[in-house]
Amino acid sequence: MLRATLKSMLSRKLRLLLSTLAVVLGVMFVSGAFVLTDTIGRSFDGLFQDIYTDTDVQVTRVSDINSPTTGQAAMPNMPASDVDRIAAVPGVARAVGGVFVDGAKVIDKFGKVVATTGSPRFGAGWTGTSDLVEIRSGRPPQADNEIMISANLATKTGYGIGDTVAVITPIDPVKRSYQVVGIAGFTGGRDTMAGETIVYFTMPVAQQRLLGQTGVFSAVTVFAADGQDNNQLRDRIAAALGPDFSVKTGEQLAQDSSNQIRDALKFFNYLLLGFAGVALFVGVFIILNTFSITVAQRTRELALLRAMGAGRNQVIGSVLTEAAVIGLVASVVGLALGVGVGSALALGLGSLITNGGLHLAGAGLPAAAVIAAFTVGLGITLVAALIPAVRAARIPPVAAMRDAATPDRPVTTLSISGAALLAVGGTFLGLGLAGELGGLNLWAVLGGVLFCFVGVALLTPLFARPVVTALGRALSWGGAGKLGRSNSGRNPRRTAITAAALMVGVAIVTAISVIFSSVKASTVDLVDAGLNANLVIAADPTSATPAQIDPAELQTVRQLPGVEHVVGESIDGAKINGQLSVVSTFDDIAGAVSMLRIQVLDGTLNIGPGEIVVDDKTAAEKGLTVGQPVRVQLARTGEQQMRLAGIYKSVPLASGYAISEQDAQAGFTAPAPITAFVVVRPGADVNTVLGQVREAIADNPEVNVFTVDEYVASAARIFDTILGFVQILLALALVIAVLGVINTLALSMIERTREVGLLRAVGMRRRQVMWMVTVESVVICVFGALLGIAVGTGLGVSAFQAFRDQGLKTLAFPWQLTVIYLIASVFVGLGAAFTPALRAARQDVLGAIAYE
Amino acid sequence: MSIDTQVETGPAVSAVDLWKVYGVGEAQVIALRGVNVALERGRFTAIMGPSGSGKSTLMHCLAGLDTASRGEVHIGTTSLDRLNDNALTVLRRDKVGFVFQQFNLLPALSAEENILLPLTIAGRRPDSGWYDTVIDAVGLRDRLKHKPAQLSGGQQQRVACARAMVTRPEVIFADEPTGNLDSRSGADILTFLQRSVREFGQTIVMVTHDPNAASHADRVIFLADGNVVGELASPTPEAILDQLKRLDPAAPGAGEAGSA
Repeated sequence: MLRATLKSMLSRKLRLLLSTLAVVLGVMFVSGAFVLTDTIGRSFDGLFQDIYTDTDVQVTRVSDINSPTTGQAAMPNMPASDVDRIAAVPGVARAVGGVFVDGAKVIDKFGKVVATTGSPRFGAGWTGTSDLVEIRSGRPPQADNEIMISANLATKTGYGIGDTVAVITPIDPVKRSYQVVGIAGFTGGRDTMAGETIVYFTMPVAQQRLLGQTGVFSAVTVFAADGQDNNQLRDRIAAALGPDFSVKTGEQLAQDSSNQIRDALKFFNYLLLGFAGVALFVGVFIILNTFSITVAQRTRELALLRAMGAGRNQVIGSVLTEAAVIGLVASVVGLALGVGVGSALALGLGSLITNGGLHLAGAGLPAAAVIAAFTVGLGITLVAALIPAVRAARIPPVAAMRDAATPDRPVTTLSISGAALLAVGGTFLGLGLAGELGGLNLWAVLGGVLFCFVGVALLTPLFARPVVTALGRALSWGGAGKLGRSNSGRNPRRTAITAAALMVGVAIVTAISVIFSSVKASTVDLVDAGLNANLVIAADPTSATPAQIDPAELQTVRQLPGVEHVVGESIDGAKINGQLSVVSTFDDIAGAVSMLRIQVLDGTLNIGPGEIVVDDKTAAEKGLTVGQPVRVQLARTGEQQMRLAGIYKSVPLASGYAISEQDAQAGFTAPAPITAFVVVRPGADVNTVLGQVREAIADNPEVNVFTVDEYVASAARIFDTILGFVQILLALALVIAVLGVINTLALSMIERTREVGLLRAVGMRRRQVMWMVTVESVVICVFGALLGIAVGTGLGVSAFQAFRDQGLKTLAFPWQLTVIYLIASVFVGLGAAFTPALRAARQDVLGAIAYE
Repeated sequence: MSIDTQVETGPAVSAVDLWKVYGVGEAQVIALRGVNVALERGRFTAIMGPSGSGKSTLMHCLAGLDTASRGEVHIGTTSLDRLNDNALTVLRRDKVGFVFQQFNLLPALSAEENILLPLTIAGRRPDSGWYDTVIDAVGLRDRLKHKPAQLSGGQQQRVACARAMVTRPEVIFADEPTGNLDSRSGADILTFLQRSVREFGQTIVMVTHDPNAASHADRVIFLADGNVVGELASPTPEAILDQLKRLDPAAPGAGEAGSA
């Protein structure tokens, strides 16, 4: 039986190859994801071990307040007394307070802020050379106007000793100039560890510009006494300092940092796994179809085997053996490709994040990748082949004597189970989107989508014939075209499964497009309705981190003749009555009230130090009333009592807590405004004012001025990037679906050899044969695309409904994209038809008629 | 009912010195060795011969399904050997009809659609008078909406006959048309073919190994080893059987082999 199976497989090499491609791609993405994680992980482990090699123990103050703009935990300043306390702990040889924080932004020779691809731009107080840091040339900074820069920064900017360089920091968003007196590097000849840039100031300057006051530090590095175990020392320091401190050994820090990078790169893993999911899901359809057709074609052969005494299990075994061999081959090929893709991505991503600074660990083959590859590759193939295998076993031996008629079985059972699955999927999706399942929400949504897809695929045969007939009428002309049309409606199951493969990709992209278009439209509508301003001063909305605006420059803007108000806003994380919240502050409260059309419900919004206001919804939720004391802990200050001074009506663009500018100045990580809105005086020309504002802020290259429409439009551009990734997903799904269509058509043509021969005998030209096959192909593809658009719209709209109360108000349908997908599906159909059509047309007439 | 081809003179189909050679060298097989035939217009001709005599090859060459190695074939006044594939296709479409042993109907199409298939391919509308005549002649009016799977073998073959007739071809080639039918259905088909020759002046060429079937023809041509070895006019089954016995003494009676 095994020999017979293998022999029969060999004779169908090409067909099997086509059907495995989807599995190969799926396995490739899965194993690629594992290889990527592994390689990147090992590389960064090594990197951070090097970085912290010098550190025995490090102490920082901890805060559980995260910045709402960067997501980073706030690091409260450590006063000099902390250093003394640590130095006093037995076993500590030396405790050195240091300043080393992200945010020293250097202006390059062209007046722009030096950018990195995600690596930090450190500002530091110089504490001397170490086992890691060395001076390449020049000397350390000694005066307040002197700095030393890292070799990487020097190479990047072309700055050298003697040059005057301006630096901006978040706390002090003003260009201040320094003279470069030295270049620092790392031991071992490394210019950078991971693509970062570093500016070394004198300690007082670093403290003032990066921490906001002199005499404080960001972290204390502890050097252990000889023979002192680092872990013991850590525990002793932690015990001595109490709970407000984080005390970690160098090893721990290395591990933490490496883990952070891994987490940051998880996005790419999810992307790869998403690709894998789509490829494999579509692959199931294609394999299912291939095996169904193969079994149908081999009905006589299988019946003969049964007549000769083969048991049902043997027939199932024979089909499953075939599937297993295919699955194995696909797994091996996919794994090999996956190692290549994973390593290449690791190389690309690693050098992108670190600006080429990373030494990549050698390629490895993690066991997880191998296990995943074979589990997925074999599993998917076997599962997909199971239904055809069981169907094969049901062929009665007497079928060998009969004419191999394949009766069109009713699709009732199929449709009922499809509807049931769709209902189950819809329920999961609804519950998941409504967020009623807690931690299981994401899985409920994914599972719901999966069930919906399968349900729709099972329902498809039911309406394949009418839809295909209608489509065919529109697309086909001429006798051959009519035949092609009727061919595509002939085997509803086959047409349905082939179209379903195409549906999946189109549905995913359509759903995401619907959601994003709606988010985009909702944002624009919201801003149009709620913001009474003309211009926005801010960092480019596509940049990853916000930029601070120099308050002095905002004052200049306020003086402009055409300007009515300027409202600068800053936000930060804070703990209000012990709960993490976002707090904003405005430098012109009256202006904000008029600009955002805010309505005061109780008390006053004109607040001073020690006062806080909140919107009515939050107040109701937290049970707050005017005059009540509120406990407020800001990022840089301890907990303090504030008085609730007023309650305002919540509007989409303004809600939550707000505090006075003075309190924010003392407590925010970066108190300078990150966004400023300009209201132009009536009668003044907006463009003229825009030009004047641009001039006023020209000194700060990080921020720019936009009209509100421009700003909203470019803020929405982030969605275009995500859509771009999704389009790649679609392209992949389309490629696989094309393979599916080619496969189905090729198999159908083999099945219809006699028919094509007859058509040629009674006078059909080759061109007409090709046209006939092409019409069939195009009809199937357009059908799939329509299905996908319908399903995708359904998914998108249900997501929209679920997010309705979270600000999603305007449903926008991506008409343009939809039309493009439909047109693309026609081309997919044309492309997929080419080879099968050519083969059908070239078929020898006599041979075809004589074919048994 | 009169048809245009009757005004033309000369044979409907003719072959001069027709050779067909398969393969080269040792593996060479000569299927036809200089066959000369002229098949008259408006007549029912049967081609007979034992298995391997070349009768199917001859029919394929005459019908433009296969090209001869040497020699000339004419359908009406058209010479086949100068025609490329496209021209041959059009010729088959417009001037030739086929009836096969396996019926060869398209399972997806109804009986009516199958009958109209050659016209559909050509993009022509049926002449409704002629179409009705053909449908009545095969007696399928109440079965037109059925799919082939819902028809008996005899009915399917009658659909195939109607399909061959509907374009009013110069000649219909029938390859063992009764080979897959029981004797009654077979007799029906033969009677129908006879009638279409008598009543509509249709030219029919039938390949068969069944002496009974061949006895319905006006003329029987005998083939052996790729040569024409004899013929009978207005044959009876007994006369045919005699002739066959002489050709192939080892296999008395009807040749046991199929035609393909």
